[in-house]
Amino acid sequence: MKFKKVLRTAWEGLMLNKVRSFLTTLGVIIGVASVIVMLSVSAGTEAAIAEQINALGANLIIVSPMRGVPGAGRTMMIADAYAIEEQVVGIDGISAEQGPAPQIVKGNGITLESIAVIGTTADFPNVRDYAVASGAYFTADEDERKAKVVVLGAGIAKDLFGDTSPLGQTITVGTVKLTVIGVMEAKGMVSDVDYDGRVYLPINIVFQKFMSEMPIGGDRVRTIYVKADSQENIPSVITQITALLSERHDVSPSQPDFTVQTQQDIIATQEATTAAFRDLLAWVAGVSLLVGGIGIMNIMLVSVTERTREIGLRQALGARASDVLLQFLLEAVILSLAGGLVGVGMGVGGSYLFGMFGGMQTAIVPGSIPLAFGAAAVIGIFFGYYPATQAAKLDPIEALRRE
Amino acid sequence: MSKPLIEIQGMTKVYGMGEATVHALAGVDMTVEKGEFVAIMGHSGSGKSTLMNILGCLDRPTAGAYIFDGRDVSRLSKNELAEVRNQKLGFIFQSFNLLPRLSALSNVMLPMLYNMEEDISDEDAEKRAAASLQAVGLGERLHHQPNQLSGGQQQRVAIARALVNNPPLILADEPTGNLDSRSSVEIMEILHHLHKHGATIVMVTHEPDIAEHAGRVVCVKDGKILSDGHEGNNPCLNKRMA
Ligand SMILES: Nc1ncnc2c1ncn2[C@@H]1O[C@H](COP(=O)(O)OP(=O)(O)OP(=O)(O)O)[C@@H](O)[C@H]1O
Ligand SMILES: [Mg+2]
Repeated sequence: MKFKKVLRTAWEGLMLNKVRSFLTTLGVIIGVASVIVMLSVSAGTEAAIAEQINALGANLIIVSPMRGVPGAGRTMMIADAYAIEEQVVGIDGISAEQGPAPQIVKGNGITLESIAVIGTTADFPNVRDYAVASGAYFTADEDERKAKVVVLGAGIAKDLFGDTSPLGQTITVGTVKLTVIGVMEAKGMVSDVDYDGRVYLPINIVFQKFMSEMPIGGDRVRTIYVKADSQENIPSVITQITALLSERHDVSPSQPDFTVQTQQDIIATQEATTAAFRDLLAWVAGVSLLVGGIGIMNIMLVSVTERTREIGLRQALGARASDVLLQFLLEAVILSLAGGLVGVGMGVGGSYLFGMFGGMQTAIVPGSIPLAFGAAAVIGIFFGYYPATQAAKLDPIEALRRE
Repeated sequence: MSKPLIEIQGMTKVYGMGEATVHALAGVDMTVEKGEFVAIMGHSGSGKSTLMNILGCLDRPTAGAYIFDGRDVSRLSKNELAEVRNQKLGFIFQSFNLLPRLSALSNVMLPMLYNMEEDISDEDAEKRAAASLQAVGLGERLHHQPNQLSGGQQQRVAIARALVNNPPLILADEPTGNLDSRSSVEIMEILHHLHKHGATIVMVTHEPDIAEHAGRVVCVKDGKILSDGHEGNNPCLNKRMA
């Protein structure tokens, strides 16, 4: 019997009971659709995280005190930042940052409570890929001579001055009067930090006015961002920074009191958490595919029992065991492939809908379509095989006698 | 004279084991020439269907030889038997055995689906099926489903199906068993007509007047042939026995 003819026979067999055939494929449809949706949701989440972290700045290397090492928070000083700037080869700039406790900000007759104050060095906009929208950022010179100037985040500027220009206006941060010399471009939330809701001050003013009362000295820094001049130089820059700071802090490079990370490291850490989440979803989707397969097997077994006489008749008319096997196997495979096809459509559609209305970023993983479809085919063959063998091994006389 | 179509020697069929052993056939010798119309009669349980199943290559004898159309088919593999059934045998069953929800035409096309000898195109298959239905007087009913046809018409579809691969032997196990007398007469007329045009037919029946149509009546009892032929003292044709 020609394959094409068996295929048609199998198709006709399914068409004789359309409703049942459709219900049988439902499990596979749901399984395949959920594989695709879940993979696209987790890929979307990963993409969103990577996007955010890259928004911190390109070729960025992040130097921070080692967490969990006693006293490490006290050892990273502004002098370390200057040393890196002067001695490390292959960098495009550094930005040391420090953030004291949030302050009350007043200006234009408006008071804002609990505003984050960030002290930075002059290269901050370049290093962090965060441009000034109007006015200018302060210079290294202004920083060094502790000029009383401030650059506003876009949100703060709007809150205080509305649509009028804040440039040249005076505001009070805590108890310090500062002149507004610039407003940053709108950047929004990046990794849970609201860049627009902060004020940016020369780091030396921050040391003097906001941190000098602290018992452990004022010129500590929270983070030193180092911008490498190219992607290729990142490893060399990391090595140099590690050697330099180890020497300055008098620690072994293998047990430093600081960390030197790239965005890739941070992305990788984040991805490790989303990967666990994704794996869980993949298991859920896999199980629903499996359940779909068992559903197919179940219905095919019922079908073989119901159609015993048909099988006996076909055998009497010359169908060999292999013809019967193939017919029922193909019925199962057609069911699961049809389920796979509809499932792919629903999965792709569902991913778009999730992305548009579900409040989460989704990215359809191209590989997930052949994966889900292939899984459906394998499931059809795997779960269709047993019922098909049951059909093929029927004895024609017995089968014809059955009611 | 040409070789016989069917030659059976010392055929036995034993079911079960030990205490429960049933000798459904207990040594049957029989020869059927081409062009014969043979009726097989006998009490219920005498072994008629068992014999028909072996003649129809649906089953293999426990012992004995079965030469069909010049070939020993008693030891063929299942696949070889399937091919013999497809090519050389046409079955007519008591309960018609049409596939429900398929048209008469599709039902008649089924044997061509499994024809390994020639790859029949869909068009040819339809033509041949239509011609076969025409031959049994159902040219107007090609697209009717079984449940839209009377019992007699359904059995005629089954006959068309049995004829469509032009087999040398037609086997009918109680073809009129489920039919009223008028339909029975119609079916017998068709079989009669086929016989006149050279078909070889072996038919099981309980009814003597149906058996009358056959040129030869084989009477079976307890798995053995009691008498063979149309002579008046054939016990199966004795109306009291029927
Ligand atoms: N598969 C089987 N297993 C065991 N015994 C069987 C089997 N098939 C038939 N028999 C037995 O073999 C004997 C002959 O059965 P068979 O069906 O050939 O009778 P029959 O002449 O066709 O009867 P009926 O007129 O009722 O159709 C019976 O005793 C029956 O019980
Ligand atoms: Mg019988």
